[in-house]
Amino acid sequence: MTRLNAAIPEGPLADKWTAYHSGCRLVSPGNKRKLDIIVVGTGLAGASAAASLGELGYNVKAFCYQDTPRRAHSIAAQGGINAAKNYPNDGDSVHRLFHDTVKGGDYRAREGNVYRLSEVSNQIIDLAVAQGVPFAREYGGLLANRSFGGAQVSRTFYARGQTGQQLLLGAYGALNRQIAAGTVRLFNRRDVLDTVLVEGKARGIIARNLVTGEIERHAAHAVVLASGGYGNVFYLSTNAMGSNVTPVWSAYRKGAMMANPSFTQIHPTCIPVHGDFQSKLTLMSESLRNDGRIWVPLHKKDVERLRKGEVKPSEIAESERDYYLERRYPAFGNLVPRDVASRAAKERCDAGYGVGRTGVAVYLDFADSIKRKGRDTIEALYGNLFDMYRQIVAEDPYESPMMIYPAVHYTMGGLWVDYELMTTVPGLYAIGECNFSDHGANRLGASALMQGLADGYFILPSTISRYLADEIHTPPIETSSPEFTLAAEAVGDRLKKLLNTKGTQSVENFHRRLGKIMWEYCGMSRNEEGLHKALELLAALKEEYRTGVKVPGGLDEFNPELEKAWRVADFIELGELMVQDALQRKESCGGHFREEYQTPEGEALRNDDEFAFVAVWESLMGDEPPAMHKEPLEFLDIKLSQRSYK
Amino acid sequence: MNFTLRIWRQKNAEAKGGMVSYSVSGVSADSSFFEMLDILNQQLVDEGAEPVCFDHDCREGICGTCSLYINGRPHGPVKGVTTCQLHMRSFADGETISIEPWRAKAFPIVRDLIVDRSALDRINQAGGYVSVNSGGVPDANSIPVRKADSDAAFDAAACIGCGACVAACANAAAMLFVGAKVSHLALLPQGKVEARERVLKMVECMDDLGFGGCSNTYACEAECPKGISVANIAMMNREFLSSAIRKEKSSPFTGGF
Amino acid sequence: MLLSSSIAGKVLMALAGLFLAVFLLVHLGINLLLLSSDGGRAFTAAAEFMATNPVIKIAEPVLFGGFLLHIFFGMMVSGQNRAARPVRYQESNSSETSFLSKYMFHTGIIVFLFLAMHLADFYLIKTGFIAPPEGIAQHDFYSRAMLLFSNRWYSFFYILSILVLGFHLNHAIQSAFQTLGLNHSRYTPALKLAGSAYAIVITVGFSLIPLWIAFIPLTRL
Repeated sequence: MTRLNAAIPEGPLADKWTAYHSGCRLVSPGNKRKLDIIVVGTGLAGASAAASLGELGYNVKAFCYQDTPRRAHSIAAQGGINAAKNYPNDGDSVHRLFHDTVKGGDYRAREGNVYRLSEVSNQIIDLAVAQGVPFAREYGGLLANRSFGGAQVSRTFYARGQTGQQLLLGAYGALNRQIAAGTVRLFNRRDVLDTVLVEGKARGIIARNLVTGEIERHAAHAVVLASGGYGNVFYLSTNAMGSNVTPVWSAYRKGAMMANPSFTQIHPTCIPVHGDFQSKLTLMSESLRNDGRIWVPLHKKDVERLRKGEVKPSEIAESERDYYLERRYPAFGNLVPRDVASRAAKERCDAGYGVGRTGVAVYLDFADSIKRKGRDTIEALYGNLFDMYRQIVAEDPYESPMMIYPAVHYTMGGLWVDYELMTTVPGLYAIGECNFSDHGANRLGASALMQGLADGYFILPSTISRYLADEIHTPPIETSSPEFTLAAEAVGDRLKKLLNTKGTQSVENFHRRLGKIMWEYCGMSRNEEGLHKALELLAALKEEYRTGVKVPGGLDEFNPELEKAWRVADFIELGELMVQDALQRKESCGGHFREEYQTPEGEALRNDDEFAFVAVWESLMGDEPPAMHKEPLEFLDIKLSQRSYK
Repeated sequence: MNFTLRIWRQKNAEAKGGMVSYSVSGVSADSSFFEMLDILNQQLVDEGAEPVCFDHDCREGICGTCSLYINGRPHGPVKGVTTCQLHMRSFADGETISIEPWRAKAFPIVRDLIVDRSALDRINQAGGYVSVNSGGVPDANSIPVRKADSDAAFDAAACIGCGACVAACANAAAMLFVGAKVSHLALLPQGKVEARERVLKMVECMDDLGFGGCSNTYACEAECPKGISVANIAMMNREFLSSAIRKEKSSPFTGGF
Repeated sequence: MLLSSSIAGKVLMALAGLFLAVFLLVHLGINLLLLSSDGGRAFTAAAEFMATNPVIKIAEPVLFGGFLLHIFFGMMVSGQNRAARPVRYQESNSSETSFLSKYMFHTGIIVFLFLAMHLADFYLIKTGFIAPPEGIAQHDFYSRAMLLFSNRWYSFFYILSILVLGFHLNHAIQSAFQTLGLNHSRYTPALKLAGSAYAIVITVGFSLIPLWIAFIPLTRL
């Protein structure tokens, strides 16, 4: 259990980060030049980390599977980024942001980490503005804020519906500046397939050049994973097509432990599924819930008429509508946290009140807001989202309500890290969505951008120096060591094996089936029986994959099918771990909803006595099932209570 | 819906390529262009053939990965959308659709429909940023910015770096791409400080990479999925001229203005 | 640095182009004097003035310089642009662009050929490089013009060339302002209109002369 020491600094909550900072060991500028760091992924966390480490003077190698760092999926984040600036003077503070985030996460995150995140949040806004990020502004020239789900203050900074894009371009700019300065070398179109350990420390990676197929060895004094979330285990998600768990999974198999892997966020406002051949789901920003009202018909007869197209939604009388979020949660109404909103939508659809052709959708209606604020105001706030909806669904949301349904969006689980963001493997760090740290069992809107950038710009560049201070006498790591050779050969063998399986079904086919299993049994709600069933199905799928997958093309060429084949193999194994994690957590909390554990009103019922811990999974050799360790969560500042948004 | 596809196939950068015809059937009008290509690729994999390679990632119109020159237009026939947001309802049943990679000297082909657009990264590396470090910056509200300037900067910053402007341009020019970045930063007080050096460096880099010049046909603006205005090119020209002229007297003590 | 850049080349081309556009207006003004029924007195007087005035004498090489600069940079930019796309598309581009804006080089070549012919007909005779036709004095532009326009085919090609010049100018004016960095949400639409109006005035104005001569018998002039 000593391996799971989170190493939270002593002292009062509000002083921990300052105390850590002032006491942390440093590396002198002359020595930084001699130290190499690998950063995997160039999203908000990866790009900001690589840039900041480069600025400090380290030698950084940055890797991404995309053709350029700017494509990383952080770019798709729409709504905004939280900070405790309290510019609107509505009572916000660092402590309130911390409190809201811990409560929003249903009390399954560490106090120390979240408090630090809230403290750092303000610095992110300052830096982004200095970089030229065009946040929304008021006529007086100062920054504008809006409210977001799960909060009663307006603390969200935004750049229309493209906040992630603008923040990522800011980080990309900082990264480019370091590339030009020569402190960062970029390796694009690379899949990172393995983590290399030498004498127990992370010393490098094995990457495949996606254009030439070459297996490359890269060495460094420390490795930082910033490879994002694993929502694509569900096949259909709001993630990019290439988003994958592979770097994380390679680290897991080398000894880095996975924490709370079953904690998945299902986002309530996505465009509903339209057919079997669908490849991806599109998110409609949560900010829409500020002005949109969610409803389904009150009576089944209207549901029938709507599905048949006999009436238009606007023709359903006000008294015949069920604004179920406003009904169930009068205090927060349509602005309840994501997990609550998602489950409520599922509940209505399961009860037979869903609308749309498939009956798996609810309305998000802007008619009232358009009447109250005017079409122009609504257009200024959400114009690009409305256009996007119209393009995909071919219906005009200004005239007819949007149809939405929850979809997999974000994974709170990930590599276990301590206060310094180091995994259980010395010298291996995980930042951004790929670690587990700050969001507990449910992430609040506009917190992902905050966490990714906090980790990359401010936290990791400080904490990594504590580890590297001991490495200043380590010469550059050689890639010719047996550890690298072994890892590179293993990667080559596994690729060959995938190509030589010569089965009958495409990778896509397996991935789709995996997604169905995960969504059905380990999705928005879970139960013991279903989870056991999922384990059986996944074991069978894994076996079938081993012999039945068909991967065309060759090894030494651009081969997207081969890339997918590796990723899906990892996803299947991850799926098993997620199900096991969901199975052991005999409580409901945040996005993890076990049907057996709910309040009489159908809300998530936590069990703090037995489950106020982080479930940390360790991969064991051979066929051994993974072992679970517990990191107890202590709440000294916050009083645990039933989350109420009523 | 059924379609005949004429697709550019090319094994790698060195190989000789050519157009190959395929047919796909049973495509839903609601599916996206890429979902239609997914069906084709599934078909090809089932037949034991190699699927068509094309760039795509977010499939929600923001990452800028997707390309494709469809029936003579970058991102296809619908204005203001990327290929991934193009739906088959925009085509006629039975239509023959031609699909080519983007063509420019600065965009060499990687495979099939995939081109290497890292030239755009290199232009940004030449100066597409504000030179500040992570830390030691003033409070975000210490410098008010006129809302109109901030909005205009956003409009320019909305560029997704897909390169459709280059693909559409008769001269394979990257002026809209570079103009957008130059304007975005020159419009904000934070970016103005090094605006002169920035525009000179970025234009020099753009020229060195083999992009063509602008002949003001405005095909770039017509095809930009984010509707970025050619006014950004004018702004870049203006910035460039004033910077180039003032460059000679860069010291505040020798010039005067 | 300044001259080798793609933008600088374009700017010089635009400046030269705008200068030529002003010259065209002056030229048109003088040509329109042909239409007055004074048997060419006003026109000849103007031509005389242009031939002898010291300011114009100085302006002449500048004008040639302008042409050369415009043509030189036009060729250079066009060459660079062609090199920027060595492998062309199979399907020709169907992006929505303004009419003929993609064909500035092509219309430019036609205008250049016309200019060469025009120079041979007038300028080279004036300067004595080419002997004037039988019965016409070296400096008698009026008779020279009347003689040329009495040929229907010549007039036809003249009008055709002027039309191509019109298309060239229609895009050129607003294009030049764009290149010089003058694009404004409020003024640019007006500028585009003014550019088109200018192109129409030039085209109609120059075409009027051969038409007038063709349809109104010389005796009535």
